[in-house]
Amino acid sequence: MSAAVPASEQAAPRPVPLPQPAPPRRKLGRRAGRTGQYAALLCYLVFLAFPLLWLVSTAFKSPRELGSVDPTWLPRHPTLGNFRTALDEQPLLHAALNSLLVAGAAALVSVAVAVPAAYAMVRFKGAVSRAGTGWVLVSQMFPLVLVIIPLFMVLKNLHLIDSRPGLVVVYVVWTLPFVLWMLQSYVRAVPVSLEEAAAIDGCGRLRTLRSVVLPLLAPGLVATLMFAFVTAWNEFFFALVLLKTPEKQTMSVILTHFTGAEGAADLGPLAAASLLATIPSLVFFALLQKRLVGGMLSGAVKG
Amino acid sequence: MSATAATRPRPGAGTPPPRTAAARRRMLGLDRDAWFLLLPALIPVLVLSVGPLLYGISLAFTDAQSGVTRSTSFTGVRNFADLRLDSLFWDSFRIGLVWAVCVTALQLLLALGLALLLNQNLRFRWLARTLALVPWAMPEVVVGIMWRLVYNPDAGILNNTLRHLHLTSGHTDWLSSLSLALPAVIVVGVWFGMPQTTVVLLAGLQNVPLELHEAAAIDGAGAWRRFTTVTWPTLKPVVLSITALNFIWNFNSFGLVYVLTSGGPGGKTRLPSLFAYEEAFRYGQFGYAAAMGLVMVAVVAVLLTVFLRNRLKEADQ
Repeated sequence: MSAAVPASEQAAPRPVPLPQPAPPRRKLGRRAGRTGQYAALLCYLVFLAFPLLWLVSTAFKSPRELGSVDPTWLPRHPTLGNFRTALDEQPLLHAALNSLLVAGAAALVSVAVAVPAAYAMVRFKGAVSRAGTGWVLVSQMFPLVLVIIPLFMVLKNLHLIDSRPGLVVVYVVWTLPFVLWMLQSYVRAVPVSLEEAAAIDGCGRLRTLRSVVLPLLAPGLVATLMFAFVTAWNEFFFALVLLKTPEKQTMSVILTHFTGAEGAADLGPLAAASLLATIPSLVFFALLQKRLVGGMLSGAVKG
Repeated sequence: MSATAATRPRPGAGTPPPRTAAARRRMLGLDRDAWFLLLPALIPVLVLSVGPLLYGISLAFTDAQSGVTRSTSFTGVRNFADLRLDSLFWDSFRIGLVWAVCVTALQLLLALGLALLLNQNLRFRWLARTLALVPWAMPEVVVGIMWRLVYNPDAGILNNTLRHLHLTSGHTDWLSSLSLALPAVIVVGVWFGMPQTTVVLLAGLQNVPLELHEAAAIDGAGAWRRFTTVTWPTLKPVVLSITALNFIWNFNSFGLVYVLTSGGPGGKTRLPSLFAYEEAFRYGQFGYAAAMGLVMVAVVAVLLTVFLRNRLKEADQ
């Protein structure tokens, strides 16, 4: 070991016996560590990416290729046939429209009712806001089954079963905890001094909220809207229970109709339809990427 | 874009700046406004969340059934007495616990590793960061379908790869095997949930003081030593809260396994939420299914209390 110690280090003014063997080992260790880190990163990349690649590849394979015993990673003759078959077999476009309407309306309403509430919960520290925060946490704990049974009965009395507006209402309530939680972190970032200045200038509280706080919240609002939209677009359980008529069903539910048939040739349209269903969420997530990580920075760590 | 920079939540922005007594009085004096602001959110929450929940809890003590005109009657704890003897439910409950514990633990371990890696200055870090966000954006139904394609016994890539590597004969029917279905499903759960945990942990890592790390490195502390003495104390509260949340979400999870196996083969992957769903919407036993839901909440609550008690104690001090 001592032979590996560089001359400069041996000539250090006051050689202390203990730390001396450390530097070369650390340097070697660091290089090995780096290699190890890249190897680990590669493993993660493979684990994360291979199901995605397989889905994409399956979506572009011809039925004959899908039936072959020795499938390849990449389609030999990429084709759009699966997409056409998928669109023919199931009312995908109609389902996408349903999803778009339901998720869009739910996201808008949810954020609209949550903005004043999030503001009140941050600025008025009292029993109400503590109860609100408590509810946000507790509502996460209940299994959906316990929520859906009474909800089903309530909605039935209101004639909102098997109806898209009924699903919107459910999604509003269901996305609220997360929307509130996200918005609160944005409201906290608005300096109180700005509001106080507005108050001194004679603004009422609602006026302050509208013309001072809201403009500053705008980027956060957009991010929250997109997140609520993606959450509602991806939702499956409530849509499965509440929508029975195929013409009203959303994308998630329609996708499960493909899974009945198990033949290898049907895998292609299934993969193609799945890809189509993921596009809107992916687009929004690409736009949100920085903000999500940033939002987590303030929200999660504070928790 | 300056507005973006101004509103981006900063560490430390959460603590309210000191206010004058007059300002505080003004804030308190406007409590009527607070109610007014809360009302739009409060009404739907009370009508469609709190109300139904209380109603659901009360249903657990009745013999309510779906679509029956006959009136529902109060049956006391009979549902729970029946449930105690329902071995199928307890099988499902045990499977749910195994699933939730395994998925949560593996998610945490893998996410911690990935977060530590992404916190280093590595090349291709951006690729991993982007890829790690993709599962988060996907509908759970699509994730289920995608893994069915991977696990497909004939056309799936997993069997094909194993065959080429000469590891197995390559005809394993992962999702239909009594012994392999649950592990196979757990892998999917980990894949689906890991990204979110990674992002949360990565955010937590940003709070680890860099100077302490450097000081420890100069003092000759190895990577493991630095992790246990510098990183872990800062990260621990984040790990505890995300693990608690993950456990709840996993235990209550439904869609992923519904698409992958529908609870099969032979109920080996039938999570309690799938069991209760079938009881309620296939057999119409609303009261009985509500009782199951209540038992699930109770168990989650007890486990969480035990798990979080230490943290609550620390917070009190």
